[in-house]
Amino acid sequence: MQYKDYYEVLGVARGAEAEAVKRAYRKLARKYHPDVSKEKNAESKFKEVQEAYEVLRDPEKRAAYDQLGQGHAAGQDFRPPPDWGAGFEFSGAGAGDSAAYSDFFESLFGARARSGSGNGRGAFHPGRGEDHHAKVLLDLDATLRGGARQLTLRVPEIDAEGRLVSKERVLNVQVPKGILAGQHIRLAGQGARVPGEGTPGDLFIEVEFLPHSLYRADGRDLYLDLPVAPWEAALGATVKTPTPAGTVDLKIPAGSHAGGKLRLKGRGIPAAPPGDLYVVLQIALPAAGDEKAKAAYAALAAALPFNPRANLGV
Amino acid sequence: MSSSEDQALAGAIFEETALLTVKDLSRMCAVDERHIVEFVEEGVLSVVEIDTAEWHFTGAALRRARLALRLERDLELNLAGVALALELMEELHALRRELHTRR
Repeated sequence: MQYKDYYEVLGVARGAEAEAVKRAYRKLARKYHPDVSKEKNAESKFKEVQEAYEVLRDPEKRAAYDQLGQGHAAGQDFRPPPDWGAGFEFSGAGAGDSAAYSDFFESLFGARARSGSGNGRGAFHPGRGEDHHAKVLLDLDATLRGGARQLTLRVPEIDAEGRLVSKERVLNVQVPKGILAGQHIRLAGQGARVPGEGTPGDLFIEVEFLPHSLYRADGRDLYLDLPVAPWEAALGATVKTPTPAGTVDLKIPAGSHAGGKLRLKGRGIPAAPPGDLYVVLQIALPAAGDEKAKAAYAALAAALPFNPRANLGV
Repeated sequence: MSSSEDQALAGAIFEETALLTVKDLSRMCAVDERHIVEFVEEGVLSVVEIDTAEWHFTGAALRRARLALRLERDLELNLAGVALALELMEELHALRRELHTRR
């Protein structure tokens, strides 16, 4: 197990006042919070910061942690001394999440020291297990066609020693056709179980989509970039275009321009009501690779008085 | 189809059917009902106008309430701060969408 330098994580001195610890935490939390951060590894970074704060904000835990001494470097192999924790009682209050903290934290303070969310819930809803929440990244085809997917979820669980650990759970789930990013698949009875006669909670799986090779999803609508030749855009044409339901013939109106959008109603995500598919035109230029092509471009230039920079005043 | 498909757990799209009460949201989010009421009072959650005495929410309120709770707890924000953060996040999201669909 590796020693963790919680002061270093928060970037404060060992003797830092409680106020300074709080300020440092809040600043880092805003920077790395997975809901607001675009930083890489925001989630793991945030967990580290949260764990450090959980210890340093609490005078009892902080005193105990300080007592470990300063002879350890971050990342160094570490075993807690045998008499460790004697004389301290960790009550724990405040921040906490259902995801597991590091082994280092758990070995020092134990799972019961953490102030979890939800443990007091039995008081509101006796006899019913907690609802669990998870988030998954699905391929877009899962919603376009529906179908079974193996989902690997991390769920909090209490192990045999009564410690809260994060376990992998693999579920085979029928993805409902037409589900949108940000929506949830609800699996009744797949949440926490309760001993005895109680009803188990539900499992809510929030869905997000992986990037797709052709389509970009925006709510229930899809966007597709469709390259067309300059003469197809200028003269109009009927071209083949992929859609989630299969290839269709699409009429390109004469005088189309790059960036022009054509809407295929109801060809988006098959939700209720279904979304639309927007085909965004891109003009693809043939390469002037050989003499014949060069001659064709030259003939076009000679035939058309055309200044593409007219709007720039030059 | 394959046998794995037969055994797959079937789930419904929660947002399509759900109309939630304060009690439902409180259970799903593991917070006091009072907390949900405060979210409504601060404009973090909005209630659906239907003809009953009890408050109702659309299924989308679940995601919003959970996000609000995470911000409140993890960033140590007060309710007004949460409401402001949510509004700014929505604006950011709308701008990103525009960028993304124009590309």
